[in-house]
Amino acid sequence: MTLLAVERIKLFSTRSPYWCTALALVLGVGLTAIITGTSEKGQMSIGLTQLGSSQLALAVVLVMSALAVTTEYRFNTIRATFLAVPGRTSALIAKTVVVAFIAGVLGEIIAFGSWGLAKVMSPTSDLAINTGAEWRHVAGVGLLYAVGAVLAIAVGILVRQTAGAVAILLVWNMLLEGLIGIIPKVGIKIQAWLPFQNANHFLALGGGNAADQPGAGIDFKLSQWGSLAYFAGIAVALLVVALVVAKRRDA
Amino acid sequence: MIEAIGLTKRYGRTVAVDDLSFTVQPGRVTGFLGPNGAGKSTTMRMILGLDRPTAGRVLIDGKPYTELDRPLRTVGALLDAKWVHPNRSARAHLRWLAKSNGLPDNRVDAVLDAVGLTQVAGKNAGGFSLGMSQRLGIAAALLGDPKVLLFDEPVNGLDPEGILWIRTFMQNLAAEGRTVLVSSHLLSEMALTASELIVIGRGKLITQSSTAEFIDRSTGNSVLVRSPHLFKLGPLLVDKGFTVRDGDDGALSVSGATSDQIGDIAAANGVVLHELSPQRGSLEEAFMQLTGDAVEYHAEIGK
Repeated sequence: MTLLAVERIKLFSTRSPYWCTALALVLGVGLTAIITGTSEKGQMSIGLTQLGSSQLALAVVLVMSALAVTTEYRFNTIRATFLAVPGRTSALIAKTVVVAFIAGVLGEIIAFGSWGLAKVMSPTSDLAINTGAEWRHVAGVGLLYAVGAVLAIAVGILVRQTAGAVAILLVWNMLLEGLIGIIPKVGIKIQAWLPFQNANHFLALGGGNAADQPGAGIDFKLSQWGSLAYFAGIAVALLVVALVVAKRRDA
Repeated sequence: MIEAIGLTKRYGRTVAVDDLSFTVQPGRVTGFLGPNGAGKSTTMRMILGLDRPTAGRVLIDGKPYTELDRPLRTVGALLDAKWVHPNRSARAHLRWLAKSNGLPDNRVDAVLDAVGLTQVAGKNAGGFSLGMSQRLGIAAALLGDPKVLLFDEPVNGLDPEGILWIRTFMQNLAAEGRTVLVSSHLLSEMALTASELIVIGRGKLITQSSTAEFIDRSTGNSVLVRSPHLFKLGPLLVDKGFTVRDGDDGALSVSGATSDQIGDIAAANGVVLHELSPQRGSLEEAFMQLTGDAVEYHAEIGK
């Protein structure tokens, strides 16, 4: 618990988390506002309210989470941390928990904020959250962010440099996994096992508007909750590798 | 007490620290001396568990650093004053450190006061001058009121006032019975600060002794004698077995004798003396002689 408080003090005594949070909010909710404003009257759907949160703002959250680690390496405060907590692992886990929790809360705020704004801007659209799939689609954004934060921290610990970690995360999330689908025949089979594709699958609404959703056309072998567990499993596995490396490496 | 036993660190084929053994005793300031690149910082990082020794071990009060419970209460270290987030305030920096080792918040105010940073505690550490950063680093080291303190080149780049402040500060800490290890590449600085010296070059131990003994042994004493009757005094001194060489301006440089002995001989033989002065080789020269072979990066002097 003490170490959680330490990481909370560290995170909130610098400015970048505030900026990243604000940016994620503006981009996530802002995109929904633009989509709602330009869509036909009464044609707004729940799936459309979450494009900003599940795609655009997620990238900002990944960057924020990676920064929480890489700035410590950049300014060598990681060494001060390891002097205070020579076990290293517990300090890094505490950081992961704090950042993932904040990412999760931020995800819920952006998701429900986007949904609420769309409801206000387009009152004639059917935006009621009735089914389990619809709840998952909106409320699941927080879970997605929390798992994404774990993954981003693992990459941050391994790479240690902001530029490198951010490049890897953004290319991986926004380009690489999508481009693999272009490979004839096997592409979509591989995609069914890629972490961010599974993350999208977890949010997918299914039903008639499936084609609107990212990850459409991929033949997933896992259930939607299975996909989230798979995404989380990869994030945790990567974190374990990062923790082992950080413990063995000279600081 | 700090105890290093056969400490070795290799980076690939480069040996940074080579089978280094020494002890640092409480109650005095111990200087850790060596040219740049001798392995001082690497050794300090190994003492603090940041770097993993390739071989050997180093113990603090009988335990490796990584096995200390809440280590800031036992060991305080200032390795680099710039290990702070530039956009975090000095107080916040100390607060998270204090929290991590279960130290009460009033310790933060106490150490800020001890180093004279209370006025600027709310300012971002990135805007601090080198002297202020150094003070913040010392405040962090003192947080847990530790028995063992390590400072890596603490006076580097400081103005005379800052140097004097740190020197006095470290001596006071040692006088309180703490173990204080200070690294430096400046012998003249260490001569004023430390009472015990550990000298290393190229990662190897050159010597460990008291500072006075080290200086006496390595500077080599000689006495400069000036007299109108040198032709008479010279042979007398040679007869006594002292080494006599011609010095500047027709003076004699005598080694192996004290000025007392030479004065007595001169008086006994009715020789008038115009000058009788003990000469000390410079500390830097002595240091160069000792570590001359052990400098990692050579630059030819005066060529």
